[in-house]
Amino acid sequence: MEFNDFVHTTGQWLMGTGTNANIVMSSRIRLARNLMKKPFPNKARKKDLMDIMGMIQEAIAQNDYFKNSLFVKISELDNVDKQFLIERHLMSHEHAANPEGKALVVSKEEILSVMINEEDHMRIQVLKSGFDLDETWKIANAIDDSLAQKLDFAYSSSWGYLTACPTNTGTAMRGSVMLHLPALVMTKQINKVLNAISKLNFASRGFYGEGTQASGNFYQISNQVSMGHSEQDVIQNIHGLICQVIEQEEQARQALLLQNRPVLEDKIFRSLGVLKNAHIISSQETVELLSMVRLGVDLSIIKDVDRHAINELFLMIQPAHLQKLDGKKLSSAERDTKRASLIREKLGG
Amino acid sequence: MMCDICGKKKATVHLTEIVDEQMSEMHLCEECARQKSVQMEQQFGLADLLAGLADFGKTPGGEPEKVDLQCPNCGMTYEEFRKFGRLGCSECYEAFKMYLTTLLKKIHGSNQHLGKTPIRMPQAEKKRIESLQDLRNQLMQAIQMEDFEKAAQLRDRIREVEKLEKKEPDKKEKKK
Repeated sequence: MEFNDFVHTTGQWLMGTGTNANIVMSSRIRLARNLMKKPFPNKARKKDLMDIMGMIQEAIAQNDYFKNSLFVKISELDNVDKQFLIERHLMSHEHAANPEGKALVVSKEEILSVMINEEDHMRIQVLKSGFDLDETWKIANAIDDSLAQKLDFAYSSSWGYLTACPTNTGTAMRGSVMLHLPALVMTKQINKVLNAISKLNFASRGFYGEGTQASGNFYQISNQVSMGHSEQDVIQNIHGLICQVIEQEEQARQALLLQNRPVLEDKIFRSLGVLKNAHIISSQETVELLSMVRLGVDLSIIKDVDRHAINELFLMIQPAHLQKLDGKKLSSAERDTKRASLIREKLGG
Repeated sequence: MMCDICGKKKATVHLTEIVDEQMSEMHLCEECARQKSVQMEQQFGLADLLAGLADFGKTPGGEPEKVDLQCPNCGMTYEEFRKFGRLGCSECYEAFKMYLTTLLKKIHGSNQHLGKTPIRMPQAEKKRIESLQDLRNQLMQAIQMEDFEKAAQLRDRIREVEKLEKKEPDKKEKKK
């Protein structure tokens, strides 16, 4: 696969299919793995990083899960390319910041990706559309097993997988689910829900990754602890918690329909109207309006727009995506114009 | 200019964010700006608190006790770890074991790994897993010495090794 093949496609996780896809955007499992005795990236010199990258690259090249994958060295990418990969949820800001000795592997449908030499030697990510952490974990587990045939992972029988940061030690697994919760936001119940989540030792953050605020009413919920529970237990716990949040959101949606149907329909169709007709639009405004349109699609209030198209727009309206699509650098003002025309094109305005 | 978030009130707070040479501007009303800053404070993550958690030698108002430990494999000192919150290599876990036992428990509420084991265990780790008999002898000794903290740790490890041994025949059966 070539880098530019990604520009005109989007990942499987945006398909809008799978269980509870009206509320759950995607399910994700991330595993951290390190090579035994090799210095962690924060302590490694350039030569160490190159050695580690070489060992992992070799193991991946022989692995069937990574057939036809893209392998890129971060040092060979320009700023727009790096931003593009961050926007796509394939790598972190930290990974882009000091590119020396770092790489990224991405499978064709973007279900599987590996950051090499981020905070740990490997950060394996499996990302799928809909609510299915079990299946996502099965894939991640199988990939981990097949890589462990070739690589000696840092592991202790009492402490599990050893990671650079002790907050990940143990299973070194984070399971996360991205939820679209517009009705809980509109009925002002969201803070109550988020507070309960944090009390149960789960973290919540926005669509656009670590350290970002929730945007477009998207909330990503993940486990915090990685010791004292098996992977299956953690997944079961997240599953139980998410089921409750989904139920709350469903109830809030029904309550909105029951109490204020005309007001809700007005808000949704005005949002669609602006998106279909605007000639200049900021990303912040776009994301808020897209969230309303997505709700309209999920409640069958809007019937001629499909969820996949809306999901894709959440990704493609970001700065680096617009610039890759246009094939050149764009100023902030130029992007606002390009964004509006892309949306009109996608929504048939 | 109206607020970018609510669109209802006049924007009085102008926020400029620069991430990787990408500049984005937000114009917010006072109320939305306050909400945004609360959300930003909540983003303060677990890892940021680590450096503080690792200071468990500290007495209120006093300086933390200086720990003179160094990892023989990568050269990281405990003081460095305390400052940055990141370990230097897998061997640091052995070198700083005494302190990490407490720290891991503080972070996760437990310091026992109950998850999967690598499908192919590295040779060095195989040697580290003591035989059950050896562990049981140590447990008896600890009880006699009335070192109950150590005894509890040994008891947990025995359970874990027993669990591991039970797991292995299962795997073989599945392969048939």
